[in-house]
Amino acid sequence: MKKILIIIRREYLSRVQKKSFIVMTILGPILMAALFVVPVYLANVSDQQKRIAVLDETGLFHGKFPNTSKVVFENIYLPYNEASENLEELGYDAVLYIPESAVNPPYSVKMSSVKDMGFSMTATIENIIKRELEAHRLSLSGIDKEILKDISVDVKVNTFIMREGKEERSFSEISYALGLLGGILIYMFIFLYGSQVMRGVIEEKTNRIVEVIVSSIKPFQLMLGKILGVALVGLTQFVLWIGLTALIVFSLQQANPEKFKYKEPPKITVENKGLSQTDIQQQQDALKISESQSNQLLEGISHIQFWNILVVFMFFFLFGYLLYASLFAAIGSAVDNDADTQQFMLPVTVPLILALVSLNFVLNNPDGPVSFWLSMIPFTSPIVMMARIPFNPPVPLWEIGLSMFFLVVGFILTTWIAARIYRTGILMYGKKPTFRELFKWIKY
Amino acid sequence: MIYFEALDVSKSFANHKALDNVSIQVQEKSIFGLLGPNGAGKTTLIRIINQIIGPDSGQLFLKGEPLHTGHTEDIGYLPEERGLYKKMKVGEQALYLAQLKGMKKDVAYKRLREWFLRFGIEDWWGRRVDELSKGMQQKVQFIITVIHEPKLLIFDEPFSGFDPINAEMLKEEILNLKAAGATIIFSTHNMASVEELCDDIALINKSRVILSGNVQDIKKQYGSDLYQIKIRNAGECSADVFGRLGNMLEMQRNDDTCSFKIVLNQGVSSNELIREAMNIGQLTGFEEIFPSMNEIFISKVTGNSIQKMIRK
Repeated sequence: MKKILIIIRREYLSRVQKKSFIVMTILGPILMAALFVVPVYLANVSDQQKRIAVLDETGLFHGKFPNTSKVVFENIYLPYNEASENLEELGYDAVLYIPESAVNPPYSVKMSSVKDMGFSMTATIENIIKRELEAHRLSLSGIDKEILKDISVDVKVNTFIMREGKEERSFSEISYALGLLGGILIYMFIFLYGSQVMRGVIEEKTNRIVEVIVSSIKPFQLMLGKILGVALVGLTQFVLWIGLTALIVFSLQQANPEKFKYKEPPKITVENKGLSQTDIQQQQDALKISESQSNQLLEGISHIQFWNILVVFMFFFLFGYLLYASLFAAIGSAVDNDADTQQFMLPVTVPLILALVSLNFVLNNPDGPVSFWLSMIPFTSPIVMMARIPFNPPVPLWEIGLSMFFLVVGFILTTWIAARIYRTGILMYGKKPTFRELFKWIKY
Repeated sequence: MIYFEALDVSKSFANHKALDNVSIQVQEKSIFGLLGPNGAGKTTLIRIINQIIGPDSGQLFLKGEPLHTGHTEDIGYLPEERGLYKKMKVGEQALYLAQLKGMKKDVAYKRLREWFLRFGIEDWWGRRVDELSKGMQQKVQFIITVIHEPKLLIFDEPFSGFDPINAEMLKEEILNLKAAGATIIFSTHNMASVEELCDDIALINKSRVILSGNVQDIKKQYGSDLYQIKIRNAGECSADVFGRLGNMLEMQRNDDTCSFKIVLNQGVSSNELIREAMNIGQLTGFEEIFPSMNEIFISKVTGNSIQKMIRK
């Protein structure tokens, strides 16, 4: 037992001290943090303010274009040609020309600029023009804006789950995201660290040091020590990633609190006093809707039982890896170099990929029979069960327990088989064995 | 006293029998040579002794006790195919392997330092293995094999891959270890080293022991009344000077000296040969010629008789 610890220690330290590990550990969180931070930062970063000249022949749009930190609209009263040809001299980035004919189909409006104005700018302007033209046409038809506002409805279906006679809110979107994330993480962990085990075994075999080591300890102890050592490396990296990512995001928030206020409403400076009360009301309503949506999201997140999920996740994370790692070790022992592994990798990777491919189906039918069986079979259960866990109603305890039990049994079984291949394989050199020979090795 | 004993050990792999009722006895504080052509089963036997693989049948005893896992710490093993972790530092690696043999870290550290100093490689402690020359790696590997001061040392083809200088050094170290009280088993093809080092041998061919015992006894047993005689100022140097005493195999004349190789006939003693030689001239050399281990080895494996080979 003490000797397994010595093995684990070496396997762990030799990997953790590698440059590639340190680089990945530091780079990972920076990339992940960038994923959170960059969009927020970019959204808030003040690009050079653009000036757009508005040549409005209809007279409908006076003061309807809101000025923001990104763009300023100014009305001009020049012929279109003159304005568009002298944009730079006049100090504008673009000129927006709304001819009188714009109130009638095909509602064509023209914008000329020196540089491309970008998709979102164009879309914003289109929306405003559309809204105003609609309002204009409504009033032409004699329909009051207020009446229309009264008529228009906004529906959100709030889903509930009936459990023991009580209603519980369900948040499928969040469950979906969590399940997907958990499943993919487990898949990646199994693949990344499983193949690390395999490469470690091949290294020992081709170095020929394995014979020295197994003259001191049993092959099984060496294999187990390596698998556990690499598992610790994976856990270390995982914990460091989460910790460092949180640290980076948090410290950036602390350093720049202004830039990272997520729910800050966009500032709309109303330059024109002529903007009607109803327009302001409309904008505020729009903000309220988005606020209530984000509140719902928060409520949903607070409903997820993170600790339960984390415990289950860690279990499937670890045992899923252990189940496959011993098989990877057996493959490594059977061959002399990386190139020969392909043939034996196939049967091991097929169930893994199957589990990954079925994720989408499982996430949409977390309680169906296919999901149930895939989460019972040890080769797919780590990924599939993880995807089912965040959903409401929760997966029954007996199902989780049974799945865990099968997984542990599967782990013991694969490790037993793998160990028998391993102890013969590490001493065999030369010809690549066939599957038949591997079966013979198991029977020895 | 017998230190290690294997009794009727058999081992089969999928397609062939690697060992067939093999028995050997290794005396304490002796050097035991395991001889045999490639594929005879030497490495399989060595792996069984090291408990890397188990025998199908048969028993193994170390100091009279049946072999068990605890014994691995009493055994030092240098495999034929040598290797170390290439990316690991030399000192770290030696410490690691010593700990796997059950040594305490501080003791292992102290003793390793002494050995490194003795082999003149103390500056290599912090280097990675792949920066070392092959000879250096061999030295490191040798140190790793003996660092836990095992009572039983097993060397599989220890001289392969060593240059002559290092091979000589290794030979000396093996003799030192014997003097210090270790029992040594080594397998080899190198018959010169067998005659120099081994007390006893076992010759394995096609999975069976076909010859075993004390080296000197074996040589005597395969001795064949062959004598070399040198005579100065012989009257004549002809093939029939010894007439009825025996069979002349070889005759050479060098200035004033005649040398003969002769196999005595049944019932003729060496004294008669000497008396006859003194009549011919001044007797300057007389020696009984034993077959070399090499000749015995080849004759046993190929089935040719020693006499035939020597006469060639």
